[in-house]
Amino acid sequence: MAPTFTTLGYLTAGLYTASLACYLRKLFAEGKWAGRAATLLLAAGLATHYFALLVRAYSIHSVPYQDLYGSTSLLAWFLVLTYLGLELIHGERAMGAFILPLVLLLLMLDFVATPHAAPAAPARGSVFALHVTSNILAYSAFTLSFVYSVVYLVQDRLLRGRRPIAIMWRLPPLEDLERMARSGVWVGLASLMVGIGFGMVVDRQVTGAMLQFDPKVVISFLILGFYVLYLTVSRSPAWRGARASVLCVVNYFAVVFSYTAVNLFFSRFHRFY
Amino acid sequence: MSVYLLGVNHRTAGVALRERLHFSLEDGVRAGESLRRDGLVDEVVVLSTCNRSEVYSVVAQGAAQPEGGLERYFCSFHSIEPAQLNGCLYHRRDRDAVEHLYRVAAGLDSMLLGEAEILCQVRETYLAAQRAGLTGPILNRLFQAGLEVGKRVRAETRLGAQAMSVASAAMKLAEQIFGALKNNSAAVFGSGAMGAKAAQQLRSRGIGRLWVANRTPEHARELAARVGAQWAPWEKSAELLAQVDIVVTSVAGSEWSLTREALAAAMHARGNRRMFLIDLGVPRNIDPAAAGLYNVFLYGVDDLEEIVEQNRQARESEVPRAEAIVREHVEKFAAWQSGANAVAALADLRRKLRLQREIFTDAHREELAQFPAEERERILRLMDELVEDLLREPSERLMKDREVRERAVLLRDLFGLNAPDSSRRGGE
Repeated sequence: MAPTFTTLGYLTAGLYTASLACYLRKLFAEGKWAGRAATLLLAAGLATHYFALLVRAYSIHSVPYQDLYGSTSLLAWFLVLTYLGLELIHGERAMGAFILPLVLLLLMLDFVATPHAAPAAPARGSVFALHVTSNILAYSAFTLSFVYSVVYLVQDRLLRGRRPIAIMWRLPPLEDLERMARSGVWVGLASLMVGIGFGMVVDRQVTGAMLQFDPKVVISFLILGFYVLYLTVSRSPAWRGARASVLCVVNYFAVVFSYTAVNLFFSRFHRFY
Repeated sequence: MSVYLLGVNHRTAGVALRERLHFSLEDGVRAGESLRRDGLVDEVVVLSTCNRSEVYSVVAQGAAQPEGGLERYFCSFHSIEPAQLNGCLYHRRDRDAVEHLYRVAAGLDSMLLGEAEILCQVRETYLAAQRAGLTGPILNRLFQAGLEVGKRVRAETRLGAQAMSVASAAMKLAEQIFGALKNNSAAVFGSGAMGAKAAQQLRSRGIGRLWVANRTPEHARELAARVGAQWAPWEKSAELLAQVDIVVTSVAGSEWSLTREALAAAMHARGNRRMFLIDLGVPRNIDPAAAGLYNVFLYGVDDLEEIVEQNRQARESEVPRAEAIVREHVEKFAAWQSGANAVAALADLRRKLRLQREIFTDAHREELAQFPAEERERILRLMDELVEDLLREPSERLMKDREVRERAVLLRDLFGLNAPDSSRRGGE
């Protein structure tokens, strides 16, 4: 078993931490350099993180999500990748200070998760790899939507309560937060549907059936339904705004439940660690 | 060389006196040229804004004190009796003058703390004086550093964060809700002073569509024409409410108000899209209970004034950081100036020693004539070398040791180097 935290892993964590410090500086004080430095450090961290995953995959002769660390690490990588993409598209750096603690938390999970030998890599080929990768990308996009929705709700409360605080002026406007949360859900839904599609192909290759009953499959379809519901109601008169954001936050608990409890305790053939 | 400042500002003189003492940019250059021509100063910049009229000058070390001459010039230029300026003029020299300019450039000395306009005025004034050839190494260095201080303070602290009025605070809130306002619409009810300010702010922030409504249609038409908006008949207020994202009310009298029911109906008609209500009326024009409606953001004058106050306090809390930047640059300038002064003093000492050598050789011309020409040349060369040898160590110590540089100006007193023309070679 290769060391779970390689030198590249530590370097990645260091770069993400430095980037977080710059994002926080940008959020709480003036200075253009802090925002630029934060983005550059995050991009550097993303690159070293990629190589850390790659080195690790080579060393265990398996895909990087073979165990809990690999899986959470890949989720963190996708989270950074998706966030960086959105930051470049929207030119909005304030949210980095809220996303990066989650990224670091995911990386830190390795410290609390006792490393153990992973089971032999299931030889399911590239379709299986795409199935897992798409689903993890979906989880990262839903995580972003969750963060945007939480920030929306806090800011909405401050604005409606007529209690604006200094930091609020540096956050994106409510309208932008709502739009970014919706964009994240669109990306998540598309990835999840692709992931489920590839999963069905893998299922057919392994068992001959297109769809087997498994708690993981059930919860994945439920998540799909919840987020379709969110997209449907988020533009309706009764739900647009804070109520839709609450729904987005609640939906994310289903994602967390699927990623943790279902994987660890309930699923039969989605349990690799 | 010594930096000297004479001036009046909003703290020492009322607006009427400041108006009389104001220099236009051209007047400032003209005054500077005149002061130089009269030999009062070596370098000069006249900075004049609505809050201050200040003369920054450089006078030779040991030259006559310029206070009296500058004051007289100040009075004669503006045709004002000196007695009228009693207690209004302030004088600063060297370090204090430098610090004063840096504080001015940073916006720390402005009536509206941290205002940005002053930095542009300092730049324009300096460039005009430079073009007219009124500045030299000292004032060039001083003003360039002053501009850097101004930029740093605005970039590194929130002192320069835009000062807010009630109307601009409302616009900032609108942008925090909707983002850029170009895709939004607004209606202003009431065309009094507050309504007009709000309409102008909305227009300057690029609001997509803007309506003005007033009980007197002529007033609505006039304001609408002034700010490039459309006017709407007062009777159509309810329809307007359903269309717009931002509503500003500033209607005098207590007989008109927007009820919770009217706003609930408007929200229903607009599919509960977010609506920002700004009530600038006294007494209030909007039922406070409307704040409870879903997706409605209601702010009154008191709420906005609280935000204005928060903004002011936030800017004031940045003063110590801005002062630290000012101090840092004052130290830098002082170090540079002491170096420049020391180098100039040493150059004057070298010149004086050579002059002494020439006087000495002239006095002993007959004795020297006894030597062959070749020997005479050799003796003179050796004397020059002695002068250089004597000055080599002090020069090296000047380069290395800041304390020595600061004390080096004492050379002027010791060797009597204070003749006005002996100290014109300081600087870069």
